[in-house]
Amino acid sequence: MPPLNQLTAHELHQRLKSREITSVELTESVFDRINNVDDSVKGYITLTQDMALEQAAIADKAFDQGDQTSPLTGIPIALKDVICTQDVLTTCGSRILGNFVSPYDATVMRKLKSHKTVMIGKTNMDEFAMGSSTENSAFFTTRNPWNLDTIPGGSSGGSAAVVAADEAIVSLGSDTGGSIRQPASLCGVVGMKPTYGRVSRFGLIAFASSLDQIGPLTKDVTDCAITHNVICGHDKMDSTSANLPVPDFTTSLINDVNGIKIGIPTQYFSQGINPEVEKNVRSAIELLEKLGASTEEVSLPHTDYAIATYYIIAPAEASANLARYDGVRYGLRTEHIDNIIDMYRKTRSQGFGDEVKRRIMLGTYALSSGYYDAYYLKAQKVRTLIKQDFDQAFEKVDVLITPTSPTPAFKAGERTDDPLQMYLSDIFTTPSSLAGLPGISVPCGLTENGLPIGLQILAAPFEEEKIFQVAYTFEQNTDHHQKKPKLLKNQDPLSMEIDQ
Amino acid sequence: MSEITPEEVEHIADLARLEFSQQELDQFQGNLERILDYISKLNQLDTDDVPPTSHVIPIRNVTKTDEVIQRYNRQQILANAPSQEKGYFEVPKIIE
Repeated sequence: MPPLNQLTAHELHQRLKSREITSVELTESVFDRINNVDDSVKGYITLTQDMALEQAAIADKAFDQGDQTSPLTGIPIALKDVICTQDVLTTCGSRILGNFVSPYDATVMRKLKSHKTVMIGKTNMDEFAMGSSTENSAFFTTRNPWNLDTIPGGSSGGSAAVVAADEAIVSLGSDTGGSIRQPASLCGVVGMKPTYGRVSRFGLIAFASSLDQIGPLTKDVTDCAITHNVICGHDKMDSTSANLPVPDFTTSLINDVNGIKIGIPTQYFSQGINPEVEKNVRSAIELLEKLGASTEEVSLPHTDYAIATYYIIAPAEASANLARYDGVRYGLRTEHIDNIIDMYRKTRSQGFGDEVKRRIMLGTYALSSGYYDAYYLKAQKVRTLIKQDFDQAFEKVDVLITPTSPTPAFKAGERTDDPLQMYLSDIFTTPSSLAGLPGISVPCGLTENGLPIGLQILAAPFEEEKIFQVAYTFEQNTDHHQKKPKLLKNQDPLSMEIDQ
Repeated sequence: MSEITPEEVEHIADLARLEFSQQELDQFQGNLERILDYISKLNQLDTDDVPPTSHVIPIRNVTKTDEVIQRYNRQQILANAPSQEKGYFEVPKIIE
């Protein structure tokens, strides 16, 4: 039998419920794994082992007493360090919040606690969720468990890597322009960005408020649906949260795509896409056709404008959201200051990293007097055109299928000198983010060099159920999600394998 | 090519309450020019009759009743403050 930390939440739930295993044993197996491999993977900023073992004991008590439990009760979960967790360090990957202990829980954390889950720790990320590789973390770069020379993607790179390396059963990330889906793709796990408004943003440290969403990263589609069930729902603490009923997403885990219409956006298969990525995504589509889905090509003519639109809207919103880091109420305040303006300047200049500064500058420029119409208003108009492309496509088809990322994981350092090149990592995920759509990335194969490739499935707003049905069918008819990385230290073929 | 002058970069930095060395200013000027140049492709599109999208899902103003709720205690909130005095956030003198 594989060690407990390698199992999925739904497999573990059966064993927890039958009391074949305890949550404490499970939690210990996860920490054993972390102790063995996290020096290499570097997925965690903060570990909360004492708290986790207490929470595990509470979950075990609930099972023992026959109290009401849920499929996530007693399951070890990691949270991206952008999500506020009461009494636990919440750094957002930034020096400016390097000592910030949140006085409250994000709504998603409250929900997880009410289900008696076990919090393992807080995962590494690009500073303020700005990046596609975790190289913008103020602390360290997380490594991709499939090849430690490569990055795990970002910004939720820590959350993706710890699930891929079996250092957590489930994790939560956040996605603004692809920050859940792209690392899920690069690390060979399942990652979902819910429809904008599905999951409360209360307690999610704001980057770009019209785009940010929290979502799950998991080992399979079933765990994704289970976790989605727990975190979704209206919250009066977030005025942009959708007041709509939340279905039981596990009822969409149906192994059947007969009658489902799949759209293939031509623009996603044209430019700069790695041939191995294209080949694997195409064969995934063929498999779904064989299983009974129909496919047709669709056109999303404004796709090519999405990155430009995103890099006005997101930095503009970020420049406003990050104005709050001024050294007054929390976080860093620099020493040796002359006056209050000097305090703001020095604190922000020392506390933020280069990419965050770049985006604040870009956003401030786009919103500054005389430039608003030319940049921000223009981008919001193009955003309408991008959304209309999707609206028209979803009149004809149920879901769209695309690659998640144009390339597999790239080497650390490869794109750090060229911000624009890094931005283009998200070329297939930003358009749907701008339209507020739900999207999932599921593993669909490995390159010849053994790096994971992800398949993206998109649906119309609040139609996550269609995504789950297609993703589940694909998964049940393939074995990509069962493959695990062989974690080697330093990628040296002679070095000791540290995989259990 | 989008042009952005060194004076403009300094002006934006001032608005954003950031300060840079000369070397950083040069670097940001180059970065911003390149990104703005890329972004200028949006001008290929005629958007005169296109309404802007600020929110992707239809939301009206959300209001709540104006009532005092004691969610946090003062000490909890002040615990993160870099400097505090007599139950308040302390900052350098702001009035001469």
